[in-house]
Amino acid sequence: MLWCKDAEFSQGAYSLSAGLQIEAGKVTAVIGPSGAGKSTLLGGIAGFVPQTRGALYWKGVDITTFAPAKRPVSMLFQDNNLFPHLSVMQNVALALGPKLKPGATDRKRVEQMLGLVGLDGMADRKPAELSGGQQSRAALARALLQDRDVMLMDEPFSALGPGLKAEMLDLSVALAKEAGRTVVMVTHDPSDAARVADSIIGVSPNKAWPPIATQSFLSDPPAAFVDYLG
Amino acid sequence: MARSAFSISAALIVAGLIIGPVTAVLWRGGGFTALSAADVSALKFTIWQAFWSALISVVLAIPVARALARRAFWGRSALISVMGAPFILPVIVAILGLLAVFGGNGMLNLLLSPLGLPRLEIYGAQGVILAHVFFNLPLAVRLILQGWLAVPSERFRVAASLGAPVFWLLEWPMLRRVVPGAFAVIFVICLGSFAVALTLGGGPRATTVELAIYQAFKFDFDLSKAASLAVVQLCLGLGAGGLALFLSRGDLLGAGFDRVVQRWDGSKVLDAVCIGFAALFLLAPLVAVAIAGVTGLIDLPSSVWGAAVRSLMIALGAIVLTMTLALPLATKAGEAASLLGISVSGLVLGTGLFLIVQPFVRPSSVALPVTMVVNVLMALPFVLRILRPGIEAARADFGRLGQSLGLSGFALWRIVYLPRVRRPMGFAAGLTGALAMGDLGVITLFSRPGEGTLPLMMYDLMGRYQMDAAYGAALVLVVLSLGVFWVFDKGGRAHAVV
Repeated sequence: MLWCKDAEFSQGAYSLSAGLQIEAGKVTAVIGPSGAGKSTLLGGIAGFVPQTRGALYWKGVDITTFAPAKRPVSMLFQDNNLFPHLSVMQNVALALGPKLKPGATDRKRVEQMLGLVGLDGMADRKPAELSGGQQSRAALARALLQDRDVMLMDEPFSALGPGLKAEMLDLSVALAKEAGRTVVMVTHDPSDAARVADSIIGVSPNKAWPPIATQSFLSDPPAAFVDYLG
Repeated sequence: MARSAFSISAALIVAGLIIGPVTAVLWRGGGFTALSAADVSALKFTIWQAFWSALISVVLAIPVARALARRAFWGRSALISVMGAPFILPVIVAILGLLAVFGGNGMLNLLLSPLGLPRLEIYGAQGVILAHVFFNLPLAVRLILQGWLAVPSERFRVAASLGAPVFWLLEWPMLRRVVPGAFAVIFVICLGSFAVALTLGGGPRATTVELAIYQAFKFDFDLSKAASLAVVQLCLGLGAGGLALFLSRGDLLGAGFDRVVQRWDGSKVLDAVCIGFAALFLLAPLVAVAIAGVTGLIDLPSSVWGAAVRSLMIALGAIVLTMTLALPLATKAGEAASLLGISVSGLVLGTGLFLIVQPFVRPSSVALPVTMVVNVLMALPFVLRILRPGIEAARADFGRLGQSLGLSGFALWRIVYLPRVRRPMGFAAGLTGALAMGDLGVITLFSRPGEGTLPLMMYDLMGRYQMDAAYGAALVLVVLSLGVFWVFDKGGRAHAVV
């Protein structure tokens, strides 16, 4: 269980309070109006946004003061998930350590993972030589290869067309579940949540609410989200 | 955090290298021998020549910049590129070029004398100002041209459709904003003029404070006098540097001059004349050096090659050291700290370093390392101005990704930041190398005969009236300087994925 205990994450003048628990091994969507703080919540969990109050626990361990790389968290960002100057192999292999020339074992692991996300034979390409969907797959491969319990997704597929976006979402969630990951995903589209999420965290300005089962959130939304869901 | 530890050490090194020598100078000049009449006149001349050099550069630059802003013609972008060249052209080479055109036996006098007109005399105050205008007119043109190109073209269209006076409506407000900054930058550059004053000035009526420091040092070996003058120069530099920082907003090395604003006013003939004169004034000396240099190559003494190797070593050493310091300093605070170095003149730093090393080693035995260090301090502000945007962009785009992958310290730089800033790094390294290669400043204080750099050797050849050999050496120096710049600039571009 990921537990934000009376937490507050602050970035400049903006702050977001969050007292909530996210169940391990499940898919939790984060929805709410733009600018409310969905990304701030993920940034806070990942350790990029300073935590100014409360504590953060993962399976009972206090990770509040952990540096981003020390947290049990991998992250798919909205953009810039791949280094443009590195090949797909190098980009994905960074999940295994800060090396630009992965050894034979690491290469094998990367290639297996690339196969899993549907990027067979693409290892030597640069990101610019991939389509948008393929770039997302490479980023997903790296996030899965990172041996971290929680996978955070900050709308990494928002630049893709609707069909491709749904496909990537299904693939990510399927592979993450198979690997036993806990997924927390930001989306501005309730149908994404309906599609893959077990529960939903609503974020209204300055406050992230405890998760509610997806069906009941969407059919009977809390007062703060009635206007947003329309 | 490792990064801040590196940044802090780099900042401390740079601050120490600036503050240490300055303190040595202040301490030694503490007796503060009252300024002699000659010192006061050097101070007056320094300010006077800087004022006129800046004023003439800016006034001449306005019509040239306007012409470049509103005319598209064949060779326009090449001409604008050439206007960036004086920045990396060794001062002593440009001076030889000016001598070839405006000197006693120069082209202009050859044209004038058959007409019975008086001969031009380049040595003296007028020569110092002429050389400063040669160096700074292109800079002024580029700064003012930026101002012109920053006016949205729609406004010229509106003005044309209204028949409104374009100058008072659009150009005057822009000039009022841009010109004071350009004037201030050039004024500051000319205050610290040494090589120009050394070669073309001198004597009671054309000695700058920098030159007076050199003379006190070299001829009188009066260290406390040199130190007092260095204090004077320091105050001049800090005061004027602050002023320039306050007034200037332009980007000295910026690109993006491709646009021509479509206009419906102005005289084509006048613009052509302005551009023609500016091009002639800038190109004639360069062409003259190239021509005289080729014939002068046969007169080159073999010692040129030793000097060339020493210059190359200084250039390469300066590049390595500058880049090592610049990368961790590429923050706003680092850039501000490095600006200290620009207000403190090379000769003041050199004097201070001389005072520091003198009790321990013969200063002449460390002439080359000291020259290198001073060049590093002089290059840093420009290098940081070039590198910082790229590094900040890389940090903004990929900093979090790098962190989430556990990249830190050296690995973060090697894998993430360095590949992202290859191009500006190559450009900055080339610039540093070319500037260090052509520097004729602090080396004049320290060096023993036969152990100097190529620019110093050229100066010696000129002093011995071996002009043919001097032109030959100038050609070697230009080829090497531009070569160093080209190699690093190209190296940064090759295979760069951005």
